[in-house]
Amino acid sequence: MSENNNQTKPDRQVWTGIKRGQSWHPVEWVAEKLIFLVSLTAIVMVFLIFAFVTREAVPLLLGQINSAATQTVIPLADMDKTPPEVLQAYLELTPEQFASMDRDTKLLLMQTKLDAAKEAPDDKDARINTTEWRYLFWPYKWTGYDQPSFIWQPVSTIKKYNIVPLIVGSIKATVVALLFAVPLALAAAIYVSQLARPKFKEVIKPAIELLSGVPSVVVGFFALIVIATVLQKMFGYESRLNAFVAGIGLGFAIIPVVFSIAEDALTSVPRSFTQAALALGASRWQAAWQVVLPAAIPGVFAAIVLGFGRAMGETMIVLLASGNASIMSWNLFDSARTITATIAAEMGEVVAGGDHYRILFLIGSMLFVVTFLSNMAAQLVMERLKKRLEGKA
Amino acid sequence: MKKNIVHILTFGLILGAFITARAGQITVKGSDTLVILAQKWAETYMNQHADVKIQVTGGGSGIGFAALQAQTTDLCDSSRKARPAEIANCIKAFGKLPTEYKVAMDGLSVYVNEDCPVKELTLNQLQGIFTGKIKNWKDVGGANAPITIYSRENSSGTYEFFKEHVLKGNDFASSAQTMPGTAAIIQAVGKDKGGIGYGGAAFGTGVKHINVKKDDASPAIEPTEENVENQTYPIWRYLYVYVNPALDKDDTGAYLKWIRSDDGQKIVKDVGYYPLPKNYRSNR
Amino acid sequence: MHPSPTKDFRAKEFRYSSFFFTGITGLATYLIVALLGVVLVNIIIHGWPGLSWRFVSTIPKKDVFDPATTGILPMIVGTTIRVVVMTVFVLPVGVITAVYLTEYAHNTSVMTRIIRTAVNNLAGVPSVVFGLFGLGFFINFVGHNLDLVFNNGEQAWGHPSLIWASLTLAVMTMPVVIVATEEALKAVPPGLREASLALGATKLKTIFKIVLPQALPGILTGGILAVSRAAGEVAPILFTGVAYYMSDLPTHLTDQFMDLGYHVFVLSTQSPNIDQTQPILYATVLVLLILTFALNIAAIFVRSKMRRNMRSLH
Repeated sequence: MSENNNQTKPDRQVWTGIKRGQSWHPVEWVAEKLIFLVSLTAIVMVFLIFAFVTREAVPLLLGQINSAATQTVIPLADMDKTPPEVLQAYLELTPEQFASMDRDTKLLLMQTKLDAAKEAPDDKDARINTTEWRYLFWPYKWTGYDQPSFIWQPVSTIKKYNIVPLIVGSIKATVVALLFAVPLALAAAIYVSQLARPKFKEVIKPAIELLSGVPSVVVGFFALIVIATVLQKMFGYESRLNAFVAGIGLGFAIIPVVFSIAEDALTSVPRSFTQAALALGASRWQAAWQVVLPAAIPGVFAAIVLGFGRAMGETMIVLLASGNASIMSWNLFDSARTITATIAAEMGEVVAGGDHYRILFLIGSMLFVVTFLSNMAAQLVMERLKKRLEGKA
Repeated sequence: MKKNIVHILTFGLILGAFITARAGQITVKGSDTLVILAQKWAETYMNQHADVKIQVTGGGSGIGFAALQAQTTDLCDSSRKARPAEIANCIKAFGKLPTEYKVAMDGLSVYVNEDCPVKELTLNQLQGIFTGKIKNWKDVGGANAPITIYSRENSSGTYEFFKEHVLKGNDFASSAQTMPGTAAIIQAVGKDKGGIGYGGAAFGTGVKHINVKKDDASPAIEPTEENVENQTYPIWRYLYVYVNPALDKDDTGAYLKWIRSDDGQKIVKDVGYYPLPKNYRSNR
Repeated sequence: MHPSPTKDFRAKEFRYSSFFFTGITGLATYLIVALLGVVLVNIIIHGWPGLSWRFVSTIPKKDVFDPATTGILPMIVGTTIRVVVMTVFVLPVGVITAVYLTEYAHNTSVMTRIIRTAVNNLAGVPSVVFGLFGLGFFINFVGHNLDLVFNNGEQAWGHPSLIWASLTLAVMTMPVVIVATEEALKAVPPGLREASLALGATKLKTIFKIVLPQALPGILTGGILAVSRAAGEVAPILFTGVAYYMSDLPTHLTDQFMDLGYHVFVLSTQSPNIDQTQPILYATVLVLLILTFALNIAAIFVRSKMRRNMRSLH
């Protein structure tokens, strides 16, 4: 057993170190290994989530998807002249499917390609594969637009998949949420952990935690029906549903997160810090503000980062309350379309395995990566903080 | 210990009951626009034919087509035509073109706020408004106020239809707010003096329905039941049911025929859609 | 006036800044609670009139938007079944992981740290990503392969259904169960374990006969919290099993289901007549809230009771 294990009580160390007690039994050994294996589930799941969400986006990343409206067509008459490999790729079939399919069916498939080509527009952009990186992230001057723009129009003859408006939308709503929730939750955390009477604390903590028990669809509903109306009356802006309303709704959802992490960090600052400050003549508030808070500042940072991750990933609230217009605008009172709401709203109607489907998985995996990183950062900071405080204590 | 075993056994039995395969029946899946109508059809038909069981679920036209390919549903409701990729997938799955049936008509209204002075618009003006070229009500004979556009989610068949037939395939303005349902549009337009939106002609209390002109010369047509049915009102669409031709027989075939018969079409009006013209109905 | 700081440490002279800032932070705390209160009161006031026995016990056969005939029985049933099935999967896995972490693992070993990091990360994955995961893994991979192996490719599993929605939720709520169980296990006095060992029991026996029964309330808390969290979630089930409308209750694990939370979404966005559906919308929200809050309050209650019991044991 390692020597530097100073945060567990000594008797716990002995216990986890104990092998199997007096009468050893092979069944015990098997059971222990099983317990260990089951405990790996969490790791496996995180890995699987990453693997399977990105798996659906992989063909896109490899450039195997072509979303061009007009594609090269092979006339029906040329079917027998075309080499089988080319034909198989053209009809988007797997080798097994191709081998087992009869001629008539292949002809039928070719006919659908022809029909699709007939409907395709005569447009300068029709041959563009819109799933290429530059169309996903850079502005482009599409037919019918006055200037190069970031356009998310996935259901269209020429499908435009620019992700930037969605990222902007997500950030807009998240920023509002943080501006609303962080000051409130932090103040409450300082109050509850440092200034309030213990009795009061026992009542108020569960009450704030109860807020996290409100399902997000209920918060979204409330933002849509009530908050939107109230805020519009207060501020008099034009569009009723916008990033601001959605952000306030999101704020409701992240207050408990920020609060509980910050409160945890503040409480983990040793009592001796406060006592020393008070002994030197500081007021209760000065001790909290100038001694405890600075000591716990990494925890506060972690709380904000986790709140950010939660706000970025929240779905139902923004779906209901943000207006969902994919505008490239940083104005908070404009409507916003977030990554999460886009996935939730569009997944139901996409062609399974098609380009739109893959794009939605792509932005899903981007979201996963962002929240994963913010989680890791928050954890790292929190761990270091605890270690430092315990080392000092 | 024995008690535990009994518990586990009972639980297993319950679980087992859940897992076993289900009895044969007609399953219908697809567009949420059609799900209430499909359910009404199913209820009425099952009342007349006690031996037939029909199971209806929604999810979206795309989900319906996915299920049709996978052959987990017999019928696929769709509020739009099948896309080429979906047809190709069907051919890959069962080697035939899926059969398309028109089963009802839907008229789409353009809604504005009740205080909006504008009464009629041409299709061209509508295109200009919804693509974002016309930004102010005064350009179409209203007050000097900006126009706020309320559109549907791009996953909806209504969105696609409107885009294709009113916007002539052009994109909606990026500033268009997308609402997850007709209700949300009606609610938004009802509260927003500069708002404009679209949705089912039979819906929409609390908003004004715009009379639509095909072009400057033609008369403005009100989206009434009669005008949609005789197709003088310009914005209407068909609603579809798709089926694997191999399954279009026996109970399923009879049911499909009944939907399109005069009996079946009687029900269409109750849920806010319009019956098919006579020549598209099945005769029995 | 706001509650003053604890008497024994109160600074001698009255300071305005201290008073002011204590007041401000206190105000923020009250504001949060007040916001919660406003939400609850608004929902109760508008939801209560629409609530009736007929409403919660009716299967809507024709029009879910018609207040006179609609009901939410299938939604209540669907939500209940999916959380029950989820619990069956998540409880054993979560509890065993917690047992490993507290009873076997060395706190500093690399494996333990990785497991802990994974658990924490799992807790932070966005709910809609869980939905994508459920679709990509359970339906397109597990379900599809089950069909290939057992059904000759005929689709019985590879489509959205109760079982996949429940499994997706189980993955999502695993951290909740693990954290709560860990807390409960740590609170069991080490003396109990030692006594059991001293009497000749093996470690495994000690854990199953002494430690786990002692920690039962804590495990229960974890289970309840997981159920409450899962009951209100909509995003993970959007693509994994929820149905917009079904005329019958689900009878198989491979059926789709209706759901309370999703029904709130449907009612607030799809209704053809907002004013007409407002009462049933509020009533549905109220039912969902009652369900999740009852569970939450039960969890808080069990936990505080457990903590008190444990204190007396030490």
